[in-house]
Amino acid sequence: MIPFAYHQADSVQDAITVLADRPDAVFLAGGTNLVDHMKLGIIEPPLLIDVGHLPLADVDLLPDGMLHIGAAVRNSDLAAHPLVRSRYATLSRALLSAASGQLRNLATTAGNLLQRTRCVYFQDITTPCNKRAPGTGCSAIDGYLRYHAIFGASEHCVAVHPSDMAVAMAALDARVVFHDADGEHRMALEDFYRLPGEHPDRDTTLPHGALITAVEIPEPPTGARSTYRKVRDRASYAFALTSVAAELVVDDDTITSARIALGGVAHKPWRARHAEQALIGSPMNGETLLRAADAELELAEPLPDNRFKVDLTRRTIVATLASLAGENR
Amino acid sequence: MPFHVRWGGYAPAMESAHCTDVTVTVDGTRHEVRVDNRITLLDLLREQLDAKAPKKGCDHGQCGSCTVLLDGRRATTCLAFAAAHNGAEIVTAAGLGDDDDLHPIAQAFLDHDGFQCGYCTPGQICSAVGMLDELKAGQPSYVTDELNEPAAASVEEIRERMSGNLCRCAAYPNIVAAIQQAMR
Repeated sequence: MIPFAYHQADSVQDAITVLADRPDAVFLAGGTNLVDHMKLGIIEPPLLIDVGHLPLADVDLLPDGMLHIGAAVRNSDLAAHPLVRSRYATLSRALLSAASGQLRNLATTAGNLLQRTRCVYFQDITTPCNKRAPGTGCSAIDGYLRYHAIFGASEHCVAVHPSDMAVAMAALDARVVFHDADGEHRMALEDFYRLPGEHPDRDTTLPHGALITAVEIPEPPTGARSTYRKVRDRASYAFALTSVAAELVVDDDTITSARIALGGVAHKPWRARHAEQALIGSPMNGETLLRAADAELELAEPLPDNRFKVDLTRRTIVATLASLAGENR
Repeated sequence: MPFHVRWGGYAPAMESAHCTDVTVTVDGTRHEVRVDNRITLLDLLREQLDAKAPKKGCDHGQCGSCTVLLDGRRATTCLAFAAAHNGAEIVTAAGLGDDDDLHPIAQAFLDHDGFQCGYCTPGQICSAVGMLDELKAGQPSYVTDELNEPAAASVEEIRERMSGNLCRCAAYPNIVAAIQQAMR
């Protein structure tokens, strides 16, 4: 690790101003991903701007029913927040499925959104990787693909986004609030993340120099039930092979609203719009659920070593939706 | 102590621009220290403050052996730069009690043989202390059936909540038994 300077920002404006003068600087919050990357040599910033102490750690219910989540709210605090537990079970469970208790106490909302792929080749600086070192090639395509994408990959990158929290937020139509020199902006989470295309080094569309200050989540529809189900190689403390964030409204055995996002299968949280369309207006039964899962998985483009994820994801979608029909989780 | 060990494996930064002055309290003792910005809380504790209870296992946030109570909550110390934790109140496993008056969880680990080599144990004990506080505060886990009700103190809950602490000797059944005893 090269020596670096450390600056503790005392306001959002201070953080943005210091970064504007030093384009090679990066923001530090909980550190659970960035510090690891600095140890691994993935990134060597000469200046860290600590935004983890800014007064952005509140969760507030806005008058229009929107839940405003400060960028520095710890993952553990967000998961345990009474409004998240009662209104957005999928978000609470997604957070609780991620990392470990002692990491969730450090990790922040914005840091979670901006965490980078756990693709082993991205994390190993001795191997080519277009995401880490653009133009060097993708080692995963001919390598170990168990954890890689079945949707939306490109010939340049097949990595997946590792977050669970962001998958639930994608299903809940969250928007990202950020500040730059021009002031405050809002962007739908769906537009915030991007597919790798020819520029896998860019995980998001967030402009350099902008600071995420909050995430906002609209009020859920009346009667909505939601949950999050994660499938992984061990029972706990592992990244997803596949995961499903789902919210349903069932009225008199008819599905009137459905929002689904998938994790562990794409470069971004994968909003399963085709599955949603197949559900809305249909009777709540096993046939409907299978048809909806098929509608989405038809579009899957698995790689040689991860074809199992197509079936795994199909079954996880069906099981997750069935559990919402049958009970509260 | 050799220079490179004292600085956690790095030659110390010579320029003050790459150092930060921090005050930390460790097991009740206040320290005012200048740290190389590259130093993690774990390296500060072990190499500069001689607090050897937290262990360096993976050094990448994957094993939990460096877990302490940081400002009252369990936290890994290997992924936290010391410079970012000015004013921190840290309690390590050594600070939970003393030899004549062990913390109930430390005693329970002895009673149930909750370890073999013992390397992960200080992290396990700190994690268990923090985890029981979380349970008492009514915080749910991924395996809690009803998110809006207090979680049951079941074996399934303990295993899920302690999953951030790996034990290569696989003393897990006895660790769970020790925590169950401490909860009674």
